[in-house]
Amino acid sequence: MIRVTLPRFGRFDAWRAAARDLASARVAMEDVTWADPDTPPDLFGADPAPPPRNHPVVATQEFLQLARQVASHSDPERWSLLYGALMRAQDDRRFLSNPADPMLDRLSRMAKSVRRDIHKMHAFVRFHELPSDGPRRAFGAWFEPEHPILEAGTPFFAKRFADMDWLIATPEGTARFDGDAIAYDDPAPRPDLPDDASHGLWQTYFANIFNPARIKTNAMRSEMPKKYWKNLPETRLIPDMLADAPRRVQAMRDAGASDAPAFAPKITARLRQQPDDSIPDTLAQAASQAARCTRCELCHAATQTVWGQGDPAARLMLVGEAPGDQEDLAGLPFVGPAGQLLHRTMAEAGLAPDRAWLTNAVKHFRFTARGKRRLHQTPDRDHVDQCRWWLDLERRMVAPRLTVALGATAAFALTGNRKPLTPRRGLVEPARDGGPVLITWHPSLILRLPPDRAPAALSELRADLAQAVQMVA
Amino acid sequence: MAQRTLQDKLAILSDAAKYDASCASSGTTRRDSRSGGIGSGGGTGICHAYTPDGRCISLLKILMTNFCIYDCAYCINRVSSNVERARFSPEEVVRLTLEFYRRNMIEGLFLSSGIIRSPDQTMGDMVRIARMLRIEHGFKGYIHLKTIPDASPDLVAQAGLFADRLSVNVELPQDASLRHLAPEKRPETIRATMADVRLGREAAKDRSHTGKRPPRFAPAGQSTQMIVGADQATDVDILNTSANLYSGYQLKRVYYSAFSPIPDASAMLPLIKPPLMREHRLYQADWLMRFYGFDATEIGSAHPSGNLDLAIDPKLAWALANRAQFPVDVARAPREMLLRVPGFGTKTVGRILTARRNGVLRYADLLRMGAIMSKAQPFVTLPDWTPGALTDSAGLRARFAPPPEQLSLF
Repeated sequence: MIRVTLPRFGRFDAWRAAARDLASARVAMEDVTWADPDTPPDLFGADPAPPPRNHPVVATQEFLQLARQVASHSDPERWSLLYGALMRAQDDRRFLSNPADPMLDRLSRMAKSVRRDIHKMHAFVRFHELPSDGPRRAFGAWFEPEHPILEAGTPFFAKRFADMDWLIATPEGTARFDGDAIAYDDPAPRPDLPDDASHGLWQTYFANIFNPARIKTNAMRSEMPKKYWKNLPETRLIPDMLADAPRRVQAMRDAGASDAPAFAPKITARLRQQPDDSIPDTLAQAASQAARCTRCELCHAATQTVWGQGDPAARLMLVGEAPGDQEDLAGLPFVGPAGQLLHRTMAEAGLAPDRAWLTNAVKHFRFTARGKRRLHQTPDRDHVDQCRWWLDLERRMVAPRLTVALGATAAFALTGNRKPLTPRRGLVEPARDGGPVLITWHPSLILRLPPDRAPAALSELRADLAQAVQMVA
Repeated sequence: MAQRTLQDKLAILSDAAKYDASCASSGTTRRDSRSGGIGSGGGTGICHAYTPDGRCISLLKILMTNFCIYDCAYCINRVSSNVERARFSPEEVVRLTLEFYRRNMIEGLFLSSGIIRSPDQTMGDMVRIARMLRIEHGFKGYIHLKTIPDASPDLVAQAGLFADRLSVNVELPQDASLRHLAPEKRPETIRATMADVRLGREAAKDRSHTGKRPPRFAPAGQSTQMIVGADQATDVDILNTSANLYSGYQLKRVYYSAFSPIPDASAMLPLIKPPLMREHRLYQADWLMRFYGFDATEIGSAHPSGNLDLAIDPKLAWALANRAQFPVDVARAPREMLLRVPGFGTKTVGRILTARRNGVLRYADLLRMGAIMSKAQPFVTLPDWTPGALTDSAGLRARFAPPPEQLSLF
């Protein structure tokens, strides 16, 4: 029997070097005993390791990563298991990518247990401040992990607390940090850590952040297993907190509702001034009323009312369908892809955006949620009818000489005519209130058309806009 | 009134903050203190402690002040409540955060506040605290700021530069209930704030024409919270609202908080026992929407009332209502369908997909790979398992639901 004794720290690298040599001589797993410094010597002595031979030894990155984690497990068999896996992988390494393989499964579970223990170490180490004579503050902690994870778990603290000296003592050994590298030492008795006033504040926080009306002790115990409780300053409060909870809940119930302090109604009265809902005189008033609009149900899902934008005394008004995703988020009309196309086309037609009033027939976004995206939906007739209140106000206040209806929804909102758009495109129809309405395509239609038909529609839109400019010139 | 000690203030202002469920500290940018300052962030969050209410403590969750001029019926800090009031100075918040942090008790700070004087004033003070931590103390831990609705977009933009996460609570699943119970809040401005945060995050991802990256903006994203059980909204209403929020504002999380009795309650709301099971089922349904490809109506339609079945989990309830789609052949079914099998989680499905390329999967293999076969049995076929008539048997739900209990007479 060959015996390999691994050091207390730097174990994994020592195992890796020894395993590589043994595997290069194809020594079988059964012929090696792996020992820690504390393992008693073998009863019948041990053979020396054979010299390395020249069989190739290969290990994948994934295997090494797994092995490094398993190396921190407390199971004394772990070295042998890892060596067995290494040997098996020399012949056929497919098992390392098969989650159904029992050997991989066992190693994965061990690694998971180690990862969890490391995570809990990062969570449950509690530092006490120690007296310090230098410029750096000093802290110390005692922690009892399930596995020998001191080396694997402490680099986290060096990264996080680089500006302080700290020591973490565990039954496995001690880690010390003074700003350069972590130094590991053999186990020492549990240090006497001084009282720390911040621990008292922490207990205050722990007791007060607890809601006595919800008791879920199983959730607490599964995430903060009792084995870690003895070194946590806050856990000793738990029995009293639990014992007192029913009384506190009953007291809340008995106390019931109370009378508001005298100053409260004055403050709320000031904040709750009834908004002015009289018929607005200016566009600004109309916009602020529209921001609170609940005339149809679209306001519940959409972000905000998207009011018109542009020159409030413009001769030309452009009406689209409804805000899309981008318009809804920004609160501005025509900022999405279709809006950008419209702006480009307007520029080509010689129409500056600040010389027109741009708005939509419906002022809230209508959509269906699909995962992380919102899919645009055309507003219903009812939405158009409800929102016409605002469109009519806008038309009355802007008083354009000509209105351009972009697409069918706008055409319907303005003229009341729901007939198909194709024969009406490029013509002027009377609006419901009498003014002229020039009907054209909506830019989003052009974005949706197949590439062979889009250019024609785009030049029609451009021509219509140019015609509109001429009509109001 | 005697001067309050730091401990008194901490007691009052953590008690006032506990109704916020969020405590996540994950998903921010990777950074640490080796290049100066204190703290680290990135990767998975760490829960440093758990209270007996089953909630984790990852962050120091406190209010800057619990004075508030709003009168939200569900909130302990509303202006009409007689709760004890206190206010931290910015230095006190910074000191508490750093001292707890150095003792490895927290991942960072979750700062919220009652609204004093005006939303802008309050938000400005919160941003100042975050700036002190980041700039003066080089703090690299996690900062979550609660955005005050109606605060100016400029302040929200500044907050995003210092905070890892911003959140603003929609509070209630339906606009009408919010207008009723929180008359000073406006659902549309709350959503507009979330839209601003989304746009801010997107703008921070665009490189300039020189290839320079703009400063990071709330790298751990935004979240929100809804109170469950304080109004009449059904679970389908709640899930639809969540779906709208996830899709509209790219939220990392929607938190559901079972309405819990508060000391000094408002007469507008009942002092009920918090519906913890309903909250749990909503979280499960939320996970189904985000990671399993379900949509809100699908989950909700499993039960005609529009509420989730409290006795069994929502995926099982969906599978029982849609048995025509089962049993599923584990060897052939696509990922989307495997994800719909009760008892299979996302990790199990990932393992199944890898393992079935290597060979035949049997019952014991699935068991070892983490599938909960007691749940999956009626819904899958394997080389060594067929559910037979089990899938369509009338008593299937009873196998999973807890046995009926006699109601207490007293």
